[in-house]
Amino acid sequence: MHVMYFTERPYRAVPNDEVIKNGFFGIPNKHFDSEKGAILLNEYLDEKILAEELGFDGVMLNEHHDTAFCMGSVMNVEASILARITKRVRIILLGNPLPVVGNPLRLAEELAMIDMISHGRLVTGWVRGAGSEQFATNANPGFNREYFNEAHDLVVQAWTRPGPWRYEGKHFHYRFIDPWALPLQKPHPPIWIPGLLSPETVVWCAQHRYPYIALATFLEPTVELWNIYRDAAAKEGYQVGPENFGYLQKVFVAETEEKARDLAKWDMFGGAGIGYSLFGKPQWMFPPGYNSKDATRRVARQFSDPAAAKGSPFAGGNGGAAKDNDATAQERIAQSQIDVRAGAWGTDHIDIEATRKQIFDAFPQVERAMQVICGTPKSVIPKIRKVLEVLRPGIFGFWQNDGPISSEARTQNIRLLAEEVVPATREIAKELGLVSPFEVKPGLRKLPASGIPESVGSLAPLAS
Amino acid sequence: MADGAIQWREGTVRVDGTDLTVVTGGAGRPLLVLHDELGYAGSLKWNRALAARRTLVTPLHPGFGRTERAEWIGSIRDMAAFYARYLKENQLAPIDVIGFSLGGWIAGEMAASNPAQFRKMILVAPAGIRPQQGEILDFFQMMAPQQVLASVRDPANTREFAELYGGPMAPEQFESFEEARAQTARIAWTPFMHNPSLPHLLGVAGGLPTLIFWGRQDGVVPPSTAEAWRAAISGARVVMFDGCGHRPEIERSADFIREAEAFLGV
Repeated sequence: MHVMYFTERPYRAVPNDEVIKNGFFGIPNKHFDSEKGAILLNEYLDEKILAEELGFDGVMLNEHHDTAFCMGSVMNVEASILARITKRVRIILLGNPLPVVGNPLRLAEELAMIDMISHGRLVTGWVRGAGSEQFATNANPGFNREYFNEAHDLVVQAWTRPGPWRYEGKHFHYRFIDPWALPLQKPHPPIWIPGLLSPETVVWCAQHRYPYIALATFLEPTVELWNIYRDAAAKEGYQVGPENFGYLQKVFVAETEEKARDLAKWDMFGGAGIGYSLFGKPQWMFPPGYNSKDATRRVARQFSDPAAAKGSPFAGGNGGAAKDNDATAQERIAQSQIDVRAGAWGTDHIDIEATRKQIFDAFPQVERAMQVICGTPKSVIPKIRKVLEVLRPGIFGFWQNDGPISSEARTQNIRLLAEEVVPATREIAKELGLVSPFEVKPGLRKLPASGIPESVGSLAPLAS
Repeated sequence: MADGAIQWREGTVRVDGTDLTVVTGGAGRPLLVLHDELGYAGSLKWNRALAARRTLVTPLHPGFGRTERAEWIGSIRDMAAFYARYLKENQLAPIDVIGFSLGGWIAGEMAASNPAQFRKMILVAPAGIRPQQGEILDFFQMMAPQQVLASVRDPANTREFAELYGGPMAPEQFESFEEARAQTARIAWTPFMHNPSLPHLLGVAGGLPTLIFWGRQDGVVPPSTAEAWRAAISGARVVMFDGCGHRPEIERSADFIREAEAFLGV
């Protein structure tokens, strides 16, 4: 198993009242103080050095724009620094938002330099960017998927095809491609794709034999999604294994149960469970043309019947997977995400105190759904085992508490994880045969003689 | 489909490999109708009134739902060229035209490219020219229902608006708006809903009989833009409605119909 450390690099000084009113995206940047930003950005780099020292295999970065949720607006800058100041860990970029970057050739050069400076420790990945990112960078959402596909193909070619050559595409045009920055890893760095269970992306991953990393998604639809990957892989002629899958899990540990839970609940303002209802208002999360027709149909159903999002608009929970008995697996998967992200439909007038209470009141539910695992190192290990038994991922990311908690509490979490939880996690992974993409190359397993592919994940362990 | 005395017929016409859906109805000299960025709203009071003496020819823009997307159409000028070909191949030019908002922009681009394909032109709160004061409402930062609401000054007291959009929005209606909005994004995301060249290109359309309708409280395309259009097309006349938003055809339909009929000579 490949074990990595992740944090969003939140601007933790953001007033929570503003988050409740706006969601993270769209908070006026008068609330941003560069003095505090300078301290925090350095602190997040230091955390990664610590994670390396204490034995994590990788440090993961992502990128968001115009939001206190994540200060990593240009994650290649952070990755470049990490390439030099770390020595051993993999630098895992999940992912560069291809449609909003605008210049895929420059991206290919940046990543190649990071790979060389880190002596071949880069793992690169691509995302479409959240809906809000299309506004923050003025990337036309109507071409989001087209940009993604074309930019991906171009970057991989720029790394592998001897130059100079000329490129005339639909959205990108280069008269001279001959980069003198090529990756150290050949033919190119590993590519992993993170996501929130878009079936279209998962099928694309299976076709390209790229591991798919589910970002703290609900367990039930994640297993269904693994099966969609499994079937798409079978069409490509291979059997999936743990090496095809990764999972990012919120884990927060402290010396006592009480302390852990008391701090962990602040992660409700940092991406835990409800994170995507607070991430941004619907008009920014669903820009026109950003979604496929199928996805738009699901949004339309949700939008015309806001009551379908049961309970508090900010409550987490997996209502979608349970309520649509006759929907296809793919529809249920997307629906459950929409239920969460679309929680704030039409809430123009928000009672801040009542909403804050709702947010914290939802924490036990988030914990029950294992969106957050918290406790002492000893008490969280059986829960992690359950997640590993259900999803059987070859890549496992520990997602730091990104709420407004102290630096000391974060550091203590990293220490306790590394010293007590990570070793146990490795043992469990070994026992379960959870091999990483570095141990077994994704896409090389043979299908069973019957031609019927075997599943990787299973909901059965949840019943026990 | 029957609509009072008007028989609306829907058919397809092949234009450059695209099956263009066209709704036709009425009697008399044809009038080309170019719908707005939210798609064809169906038969309203003004359609029925003008159809008494004119044949309304309403193509449904490629990519807006009922006509498939033509991949090569990447701008409003491409759309204008597409319709120029439609007119030519169907011997419809020169034709009278009425265009609404984004449809008005298409008409403007067609006039700027070849004014001879039009006989008379009516533009209703057209997009296409950057306002000198204010900005075109960024409806891409709104969900469709909010965009629809922003299009009229007083939704609660605009009868046809309530008939069209009142009550909960059906999923099919939401999807249809989203298809229209997605295609609008593809062809008008940036520069947003205007072409910086258009005021210059329109010089060639000077003398084309042109009537421009605007609502003084238009919250989508600022009414000050009317003056830029008037200046760009010499001889153009502006009719400004008080107490009216972006959709004079439903907000001030009686005045709208009277002015349009007088201008078209029906």
